[in-house]
Amino acid sequence: MNNDFLVFDHVTKRFGALTAVDDVSLTVGKGEFFSLLGPSGCGKTTLLRMLGGFERPDSGRIYLEGRDITDLPPDRRRVHTVFQNYALFPTMTVWDNIAFALRLAKRPKAEIEERVDAMLDMIQLSDQAWKYPNQLSGGQKQRVAIARALVDRPQVLLLDEPLAALDLKLRQHMLIELDAIHDQVGITFLYVTHDQGEAMSLSDRIAVVNKGRIEQLDGPAKIYEAPATRFVASFIGDTNFFCGKIVSIDGDYCHIQVEGFPQIRAFNDKQLKVGQRVDLSVRPEKIRVTRTPPLPEKGASINVFPSTVRDIVYQGVYTKYWLQSEALQISALKPHSRFLLDQEAITWNDEVFVWWHPDDGYMVEVQ
Amino acid sequence: MNNPLHTRKAEWALTAPSFLWLALFFAVPAVIVLMFTFHGHDASGGVGEWSLSTWRELVDPDYPAIVWNTLRISFEITVWSIVLALPCAYAIARMKTRWRGIVAGAIMLPFWTSFVVRVFAWKTMLHPDGWLQSCYIGWLSVRAWLFGWLPGFMQDFLLWAGLATPGAVDPASSTILDSEAAVVLVSVYSFLPFAIMPIYSAAEKFDFSLLEAARDLGAKNFYAFRRIFVPGIRQGLVSAVLMVFIPAVGSYVIPQMLGGTNCILIGNKIFMRAIQNRNIPHASALATLMAVAVLVPIGLAMWWKKRQDVRGRRRLDAQTARLMVSAGGAR
Ligand SMILES: Nc1ncnc2c1ncn2[C@@H]1O[C@H](COP(=O)(O)OP(=O)(O)OP(=O)(O)O)[C@@H](O)[C@H]1O
Ligand SMILES: [Mg+2]
Repeated sequence: MNNDFLVFDHVTKRFGALTAVDDVSLTVGKGEFFSLLGPSGCGKTTLLRMLGGFERPDSGRIYLEGRDITDLPPDRRRVHTVFQNYALFPTMTVWDNIAFALRLAKRPKAEIEERVDAMLDMIQLSDQAWKYPNQLSGGQKQRVAIARALVDRPQVLLLDEPLAALDLKLRQHMLIELDAIHDQVGITFLYVTHDQGEAMSLSDRIAVVNKGRIEQLDGPAKIYEAPATRFVASFIGDTNFFCGKIVSIDGDYCHIQVEGFPQIRAFNDKQLKVGQRVDLSVRPEKIRVTRTPPLPEKGASINVFPSTVRDIVYQGVYTKYWLQSEALQISALKPHSRFLLDQEAITWNDEVFVWWHPDDGYMVEVQ
Repeated sequence: MNNPLHTRKAEWALTAPSFLWLALFFAVPAVIVLMFTFHGHDASGGVGEWSLSTWRELVDPDYPAIVWNTLRISFEITVWSIVLALPCAYAIARMKTRWRGIVAGAIMLPFWTSFVVRVFAWKTMLHPDGWLQSCYIGWLSVRAWLFGWLPGFMQDFLLWAGLATPGAVDPASSTILDSEAAVVLVSVYSFLPFAIMPIYSAAEKFDFSLLEAARDLGAKNFYAFRRIFVPGIRQGLVSAVLMVFIPAVGSYVIPQMLGGTNCILIGNKIFMRAIQNRNIPHASALATLMAVAVLVPIGLAMWWKKRQDVRGRRRLDAQTARLMVSAGGAR
C-alpha cells in the first residue's frame, strides 16, 4: 500500500476567530477506507471541503498522488463527494444523474451506457433507472449518490455522513453495502461520521478529531482498546475514569490511589514512577457485577470493590448498572444469558461486588 | 374534514370570489369584445347593426406586417428581459437574507413613480444629443458590418423578416428616438422587474448545494448554471416569459411615445381605431386577432410538450426494458 497517496500537510483553516481545522497532518493510503470521526462542529466537513476544493486552507498544503492540489478548483480534481443530503439533481432521472460526470468528460456514448448500466447493476437499481430522485426512498437515493460519484472512477471518494439521514435498520444494511462497494471498486474512501459504530465497522484506520485537531490516528481496535487521550476514551464508547496518583510499583503492575476510593491495581504499560498522576480508563463491559466476590485465589491479584446498585437500565443486548462504590460512581454492562437466570436477579439498592482484571484498565493522558 | 362533499364545498367557497372576479372582469368583457366584432359601426362612434362587415374590412394590407412586427418585437423584449433577469435573480438569491430584501425592494422602487412619467424621462435620455444616441449609431454600425459578412440567402431572410435594414448607416437620419430600438430598450427597462421577480422567487427555493455537487463532479461554473440552475427554476422562467411577453404584445404607450412612425404595434392600431376613428367593432376585431395570434403559439407549444412527454415515457420504457434484459443476462 502506497502510504503517500493523499497527504494533508499542516493544514489550517480559520473562520474569523474560530479555527475550524487546526494544523492537521495526515496521510491516507491508496485504496484505504479511512474515517474521520469526531463530535459535531469539530471540523470534519471543513476538512472534506478543502479536499473537494470548496474551501481554501489558510496554511498548509494538500497533495494527491504527489501533486499539490491545494489551489485547484473543484472541477480540476478527481475527487468526488457523496453529500449528506445526497444533492441528486432533481430535474434529471437516476440514469442521467449517474451519467452526469461521464457526459461532462465527453466519453463516447457506448461507453457511457455501459458504465452507467454497470453502476446501476452494482447498486441494484436497474429497474429504477428512469425514475426521478423524488420518486426514490432514502436508501435508494443514497445508493444513486454513491453511484454518481463513483462512475468515473475518482481518485478519492469523500463521504460526508452518508448514512445520517437513514433509519437504524437501513443504516446497518447500507454499512454492509458500502463495505462491499469499497471492496469491489478499490477506490480510496474518506468517510466522515460522528457515529463511532459506523467508523469502527468500516474503516481500515480512523482519525479521531476534536476541535479541529487530530487526537488519535489508528486502527479501530487500537482506538477502542488503547485510546491516546481522555477525549478519545470517552468519545469512543463509554468508559469509567479513575484519576489518581501512583503509590507503589509491583513488577509490571502498579497501584493507583484515587481520592475517596481503595487502591486500584493496573498494568503499568507506560512505565510510570511512584508519585506520578494518571487517568485510568476502564470500559463498562469489562467490569463484572456479582452478588458474591470472586474466588479468593483470583481475588488476590484483581480489583474487587463492594458497591451498592443505584440504577439499572435495560438496553436489550445489555443491562447497564450504575453503582456507588465509596465516593465514586461506576458504570458496568452485563450481557444477558440463560446462565444468569439461575441466580437471584440484581435489583436496586442491592449490595454487590464489582471487579475487573488489572489488564483491563488502560492509562491515558499522564500529567 | 375527510368528507369529500365537505372539502368540495370548502373548495368552492374559497375559489368562488376569484372565480367571480375573473368572470365579471375578464370573461364577460372578452365575450362582449368578441360580439362587437360581428357588428358594424355608425358615424357617431356607436356599435351598429349585426353584420360581418367588420371582419370583411379587416383585410388591410398593413395588418400582417404589424402583427408580425408586434410578435417579433415582443419576442425580442422577452429574450432581452430573460437574459438580464436570470443573472440578476441568481445574484439576489445568493445574497445574505438581509440584502435580498433591500435589493428586491430597490427593484420594485420604480413602481412608486408613474409609468408615463418614467417613459417621459426616457424621452429626454434618448435625445439626439445624448450619449445613448452615440451608442445607438455604434450598435447600428456593428450590426451593418456583421450583416455584410453573411451569405446572401441569410441577408435576404433577415431583410424579409424585418431583422435588418439594407444599406449603410446614416447617422443623420438614424435617431434612437422614434426607433424600434428605443421601444425595445424602454420596454425591457419597464418589464424587467416582472421577469426578475418570478425567477427570483423560484431561485430562492433552489438548493444551491446542487451547484456544488455539479462542480464536484467536474462541471465548470457556467455549465452548472446552465444544466442545473436553469432547469431547476424553469417554473419561474415560464412565468417570467408570460409576464413579459403578454404585456409586451399589448403595449401601446411606449411605442406611441418613443417609437414614432417607425414602430407601430398592434396596440397602437387598436388605440387609433378605437379613439381616433371611433370604430369600436374594428378595434375589437384587431384585439381578437391579436389574442388568437398569442394563444395559438402557446397552445401549440403545450401540445408539443405533451407529445414530447408521451414520447419520452415510451422511450424510457423501452430503455428500462433494455436495461432489465442486459442486467438479467449478466446474472
Ligand atoms: N462557512 C463558514 N463560516 C463560518 N464558520 C464556519 C463555516 N463553515 C464551518 N464553520 C464553523 O467551523 C466549525 C467546523 O465546522 P464543520 O462543518 O467542519 O463541522 P463538522 O465536524 O462537519 O460538524 P457536523 O458533524 O455537525 O457536520 C464549526 O464551528 C462551524 O460553525
Ligand atoms: Mg459536517
